[in-house]
Amino acid sequence: MTITAPTRQRTRRRPGLGTVLTYLSLIVASLVVLLPLAVVFLTSLKSYGEVSEGQGALTLPHDWLNFSNYVTAFNDGHMLMAFGNTAFILLFSITGTVLIGSMTAYAIDRFDFRFKKLVMALFLIATLVPGVTTQVATFQVINSFGLFDTRWAPILLYMGTDIVSIYIFLQFIRGIPVSVDEAARLDGANAFTIYRKIIFPLLKPAIATVVIIKGITTYNDFYIPFLYMPSENLGTISTALFRFKGPFGAHWETISAGAVLVIVPTLLVFLFLQRYIYNGFAQGATK
Amino acid sequence: MTKTVSTASPPAQAPLSGRAEKRRSRHEAPGERSWRRNALRRATPWLFLLVPLALLVTFTYVPVGNMIYYSFTDWDGISPDRNFVGAENYTELFTRPELFRVFAVSLYYLAASAVQIAIALFFATVLSFDLRFRNLFKGILFFPYLINGVAIGFVFLYFFQDGGTLDSVLSWFGANSDHAWLGSPESANTSLAGVSVWRFTGLNFVLFLGAIQSIPGELYEAAQLDGASRWQQFRNIIAPGIRPVLSLSVILAISGSLAVFEIPYIMTTGATGTSTFVIQTVKLAFQFNKTGLASACAVVLLAIILLITWIQRRLVPDERVDLV
Repeated sequence: MTITAPTRQRTRRRPGLGTVLTYLSLIVASLVVLLPLAVVFLTSLKSYGEVSEGQGALTLPHDWLNFSNYVTAFNDGHMLMAFGNTAFILLFSITGTVLIGSMTAYAIDRFDFRFKKLVMALFLIATLVPGVTTQVATFQVINSFGLFDTRWAPILLYMGTDIVSIYIFLQFIRGIPVSVDEAARLDGANAFTIYRKIIFPLLKPAIATVVIIKGITTYNDFYIPFLYMPSENLGTISTALFRFKGPFGAHWETISAGAVLVIVPTLLVFLFLQRYIYNGFAQGATK
Repeated sequence: MTKTVSTASPPAQAPLSGRAEKRRSRHEAPGERSWRRNALRRATPWLFLLVPLALLVTFTYVPVGNMIYYSFTDWDGISPDRNFVGAENYTELFTRPELFRVFAVSLYYLAASAVQIAIALFFATVLSFDLRFRNLFKGILFFPYLINGVAIGFVFLYFFQDGGTLDSVLSWFGANSDHAWLGSPESANTSLAGVSVWRFTGLNFVLFLGAIQSIPGELYEAAQLDGASRWQQFRNIIAPGIRPVLSLSVILAISGSLAVFEIPYIMTTGATGTSTFVIQTVKLAFQFNKTGLASACAVVLLAIILLITWIQRRLVPDERVDLV
């Protein structure tokens, strides 16, 4: 583990064995990450014949501009509907999470009230209950509201159980000086005005974090839409892609195209928002 | 990060109530007015908390309560009648070894978590120093964590196929394997656990990296002046600095290994001995309509996870107390 000096470099020496091994390990790790993805991308450009002939998976496609698999995946896989449903769910659950999380954090941090300890304990203990374990009973609750097989079921579930975002808002709101509130209060603002006009706008960085984390986890979630929205026309991108398993069976070129279609938006978001995403996940998971 | 909370209201209220005093004397009976103001002030935090608490109770506490209740009944999830059967579901769960055997599968994922944490720790340490293409490597290592689970499932189904990527790569190195990677329980579970390493190492890596970078740089300089080796620096500066994150990762790894669902369900639907506890619970509840038994399973899983969390809190007490 010989590495060059931390952050500030002094004289550049000849690379030692340690440095070479370090780079080698990084290159191997990168290949392990990229190879399976690259192969799927290559397969998505091949024709059915090329895939089924049983050539190795690592051969290159004959025609690099063969996008017909993407057309098949997009149309026959109902991907447009899936992206629509996912967008609908994303819009409502993210808006809800931001409002609920920031309101909760505001109430807990800025007010003294009876049972405050109890309320905090309720939120705290809830972090310990993993969502997957209670799904059998949660299902009955959703069912009794008549929300089963509607897009509102996942929306409510995503909004209702997101304690991570409450933590992020709480951490952030503590950093906003109380004197800001006091000044507004002297000018006659009530609690709601203070929240709406002062606290909420100041929370922007935290909101960005929550939107990114929530957006990515919601976009990728499989479990909840799979259990709560079995109808074909309610597919999200996860469940729509999962259904490729049936009709496209051994058509790996179509399945690969579908997988690439789902991965590309994530890749674009990642490339454009890299720094925020790292920070977001580092904040989100440790709280 | 502790802070005395909400010393906000008392100082701010003083001038306000003074103003209210003057106005009150002009308009109405003093008692009534101040009572109303007081009630409003007291209700304010609750108005903010109304919706969050309602959702929290409805989707966390009611299900937990119901689940415990269902676990003592023979309910099938649909019919209106459910009979109280006492601890029958629990005896069934603990006496039918095939129901409990799925926990053995968790061991594969537990081993995978150890590998995953070790790899993440190595690369986080390496990449927290100045290196060429540092950001590129960082991005590549983290990206898998952001990819959709279903897409990952398909990518690796193809990867493990006969004559697929893995076989092709192995044949370059002269190892001509006609191994059916997902064919036998041992190799299928090892393969699936490998996928989980591929997928989740990036998250641990980013967490560790963040923790290492929050260690002040002067510490390294001082250590270097004292002639400390790289290993000594890691041992005495980095390791203690990231201890809280490391202990969090361990607890997430253990509870995560018990609650694996997505990848094995997508790739094998739990066939060839890859069924996990959650897959089995979901099948019992939603395919075989054994809501009672499934609830008992879920209660056992929840109890185990809470127990592990509690033990971890005892062993590694957290310096910071979250939530105020």
